[in-house]
Amino acid sequence: MSDSCFQLKGSVLTVVVLELYDFSSTAFAKQLQQKVKQAPMFFQGSPVVISLEKLNIEVKRIDFTILIGLCARYGLKPMAFKGGSQRFRDAIKSTGLIHLPAASLKSATEPVEKPQPAAKVEPETAIEPETVVKTVDEEKNVFWPTKLITQPVRSGQQIYAKQADLIVTSHVSEGAEILADGNIHVYGALRGRALAGAQGDENARIFSQSMEAELLSIAGNFILNEDIRTRVWKERAQVYFNNNVLHLKPI
Amino acid sequence: MAKIIVVTSGKGGVGKTTSSAAIGTGLAMNNKKTVIIDFDVGLRNLDLIMGCERRVVYDFVNVISGEATLNQALIKDKRLKNLFILPASQTRDKDALTKKGVEKVLNDLSKDFDFIICDSPAGIEKGAQMALYFADEAIVVTNPEVSSVRDSDRILGILQSKSRRAENGGDPVVEHLLITRYDPERVIAGEMLSISDVEDILAIPLLGVIPESEAVLKASNQGTPVILDEKTKAGLAYSDAVMRLLGSNVDYRFITVEKKGFFKRMMGAGR
Repeated sequence: MSDSCFQLKGSVLTVVVLELYDFSSTAFAKQLQQKVKQAPMFFQGSPVVISLEKLNIEVKRIDFTILIGLCARYGLKPMAFKGGSQRFRDAIKSTGLIHLPAASLKSATEPVEKPQPAAKVEPETAIEPETVVKTVDEEKNVFWPTKLITQPVRSGQQIYAKQADLIVTSHVSEGAEILADGNIHVYGALRGRALAGAQGDENARIFSQSMEAELLSIAGNFILNEDIRTRVWKERAQVYFNNNVLHLKPI
Repeated sequence: MAKIIVVTSGKGGVGKTTSSAAIGTGLAMNNKKTVIIDFDVGLRNLDLIMGCERRVVYDFVNVISGEATLNQALIKDKRLKNLFILPASQTRDKDALTKKGVEKVLNDLSKDFDFIICDSPAGIEKGAQMALYFADEAIVVTNPEVSSVRDSDRILGILQSKSRRAENGGDPVVEHLLITRYDPERVIAGEMLSISDVEDILAIPLLGVIPESEAVLKASNQGTPVILDEKTKAGLAYSDAVMRLLGSNVDYRFITVEKKGFFKRMMGAGR
């Protein structure tokens, strides 16, 4: 053991970047509320860097105290501002947050709102060692392993595979609920509720060896037990979303 | 070390206490030193079914709060030397049971007994969770009808997530399915779920099937566990279940419709 209490290290962190285009407190609050509603757990307490690089309005039109207050109200933790002209830099001094220089690296341009199937891993954007905060498109680059459940999912239980596929090798009881941001595979009977593409991925699918579900949903488009009963009841089947229609087909 | 078995169901009125009494008695008949604990604080019934209600002086809650010793509260069965009952308190509520207190009582009992049967209250709240928390094995009592099966499914989920074994990440609680009030004739008529329907939904191994029998009600009212009456089908079915619990391979009886003889048909014609 060494005697020193600490060591200084350079590190590359992943944070959410809120890229501001325009600001009016009502429009901003409304959009943020909708965004957070999609994935409350994801945004709760999540540190965020507010980027001013794309902001093309006059300084006096933006009240940074309100901006930070709104972020805090919806659970985000603003930690810094990034980029922007000298005028903005002067204006944010009163907020007490730090200012980071505009990213010299190619920041991910995709907004954090289009989750892709987790299986797709893209090479990370170029790393510049002297940059402390690196922006990456988190939803795209983070790979979460498929969630595997080998026990029956019982009535009253809820299983959520965040940013991943879900495989259940046993059955899912009536009154149970399984969710995944990716695809769902059930190798026993599926009798409960199953929601794939929970964060909006319309390419997600649900597969089951015996389709007896109470509700099936792909990216918020759902069908109920009554429909399933008349079409693929207790059959091997899959559900997918195509041309704005939910397809329920035997396999 | 005793094996701790919880008898639970979620739904009320399916036969938890009847089954606790019968199985506990059955284990004692097989020379296993057994204690049955009534966890249904405030609605105690086990003492009635065991026929020892007049001998209750101290109860489970008294022991937990230190007002009585375990030996003072344990009631020895008059019929079997290996059988003891720890009654619930009728004047308190479920909050009187603390995890620490229950653990101490179970640890003390564990030293002397082979089996501890915990008779759970209905529901999925604190009382039921306390009864199943320390269990090594669980007997899930289910009637062959949909609401009972769904509630059993719910309690199985709680066993897998809220028991001590689940919290400590050890071996999961061993689960057994006990189907009670089974009537093969009504299954054929489509009025009742079949054994395979129930097994299909709950997906746990079957321990026993107790046929619907008038003898159960009679035994309860008399304070004699039904297993002691070897002339009844329910009693025999409970004996079989106990043998399976002890590891024997016993064939199932009374699960198909009997062919009625001429005499029986005449006698039963009026019903």
